[in-house]
Amino acid sequence: MNPFATLARLVDEAPRRALLLLAALVAVLLVAPVALDRYLLSVFFLIFWFATVGQAWNIMMGFCGQLSLGHALYVGLGGYVGALLWVKFGISPAIAIVPAMLVAMAFGAVIGWLGFRFGIEGVYFALLTIAFAEVARIGFDNWSFVGGAAGFFIPVSAAASPVNLRGGPMLFYYVALAMMIIAFILCAALRRSRLGHAWLAVREDAEAARALGIDVFRAKMAAVVISAAMTAVAGVVYGFYQNNLFPSQTFDIARSIEMILAPIIGGLGTLFGPILGAFILTPLGQILIALVEKIAGRAIPGVNLVFYGAALMVIIWFTPNGVWPWLKKKLGIPEGRE
Amino acid sequence: MLFVHDIDVFHGDAQALDKVSLEVPERAIVAIVGANGAGKTSLIRTIAGMHRPAAGTIRFKDRDITGLPSHEVCDLGIGQVAEGRQVFPSLSVAENLAMGAMIPRARRHKARNIERVYAMFPRLLERAGQAAGTLSGGEQQMLAIGRCLMGEPELVMFDEPSLGLAPTIVQDVLRTIRDLAEGGLTCLLVEQNVAVSLRLASRGYVLENGRVTLTGTGAELLADDGVRKAYLGM
Repeated sequence: MNPFATLARLVDEAPRRALLLLAALVAVLLVAPVALDRYLLSVFFLIFWFATVGQAWNIMMGFCGQLSLGHALYVGLGGYVGALLWVKFGISPAIAIVPAMLVAMAFGAVIGWLGFRFGIEGVYFALLTIAFAEVARIGFDNWSFVGGAAGFFIPVSAAASPVNLRGGPMLFYYVALAMMIIAFILCAALRRSRLGHAWLAVREDAEAARALGIDVFRAKMAAVVISAAMTAVAGVVYGFYQNNLFPSQTFDIARSIEMILAPIIGGLGTLFGPILGAFILTPLGQILIALVEKIAGRAIPGVNLVFYGAALMVIIWFTPNGVWPWLKKKLGIPEGRE
Repeated sequence: MLFVHDIDVFHGDAQALDKVSLEVPERAIVAIVGANGAGKTSLIRTIAGMHRPAAGTIRFKDRDITGLPSHEVCDLGIGQVAEGRQVFPSLSVAENLAMGAMIPRARRHKARNIERVYAMFPRLLERAGQAAGTLSGGEQQMLAIGRCLMGEPELVMFDEPSLGLAPTIVQDVLRTIRDLAEGGLTCLLVEQNVAVSLRLASRGYVLENGRVTLTGTGAELLADDGVRKAYLGM
């Protein structure tokens, strides 16, 4: 598959107006930082970041129908691999994303193999993904080489160095924006590929897909491994953004849940869903955190998750398939097109 | 074309097939009849590579295919129209058909085959953009057959194609199968509708409790007292 030819085809297939709109949107996001302060830059970073991991998770659940509730595992693995290689060996995160992806892919492959080879499906597969994230949390908690429960810290350096992900919120804004755009294009290309069609068949009816000669096991494995790799890249960026990694936060199930809300609210299996969902949820969550701080005089941890739960209920109540499919209908975009 | 020799299949501890042998000659329609739970679906799924037989061999076009995974079996030219139609409900008719052409052997002639299917079932062309779940039972069966043909099979195994369809539609489906056979396709037909399927078939096998208890030409089986009593209520 020639990536340029694929890109050209994608551009070719999209309606002109939609392309112009998308280009305008990207242009606005590119120049937006001039008008944003540090706080808003960090909010946008979170939006882009959640849109990216949402896109990655959506490959598994939205495209292939495999529920993962342990995606924090891949964030953590990516984060730790990137941070360790930088701090202990001086390897740039620009290079470290490769081993980070490989490690996450290996874990994804083990989870997938266990689940799909032995017919662990649906909720039981989701439990398996949770179990792996939990085991990783406990393992990293007790692994002194990476700081254990006390956390692993990336030293802050005064000199900005974009390739090494050392810099201010502006740098992370652009890195995350690039990540989101690349994830979007990759998912668009994947979805129209043969693999993407196989995923669709598996999601719709795995038995029927098998009867048509589709290698269901391979399709599911590919979904897990690709999703893990994409999430790990976001994990590397997150570690460098935070400058610290605590196993109890990084691998927390609450993080896994937070990651899947945007694609669910935005629209499972769609390309714009994870992005739209992140643009809705993250700012609302941030506003709520700020409000609570004002009213209560201090931050109450987890309050945004309570709010996310409520928002999820309300949004799913009104738009059961997510916001994007609903919006698509309102905009008069025909069924079967993004 | 297809030789099944002495296969045993177990589901856990329960034996589903016990030393089953059968032969499907090229361009023939072979019917397998039997009651519910006799092992008909197990037989089809085993040939398709979805169950691994504990013993015995399966040969297709002089090649041992015993234990091959289902996607490889399919790619050798054994298609199946599974029980209960199993269309992808939220995908359109056209997308459903495209799914049938995912296997390597069928990719090249996808456009040609889709035209053939539409020519055979004009209803599907009328409803190409419609979600498959909104089709009637008969149309879904047409779609399931068309989708299978998209894979360019040489042998098609039909599992209860008349199940849950109105009698007039059943006639349409069976006529389609006969037409396909006349066009050179080899068919293995599993049916509870014994009278019709044996009339259609050049050869039939009676499956009881996982064993082949009787075999002969369709006409012979139809004339058999045991068959008449057990399956035709005569």
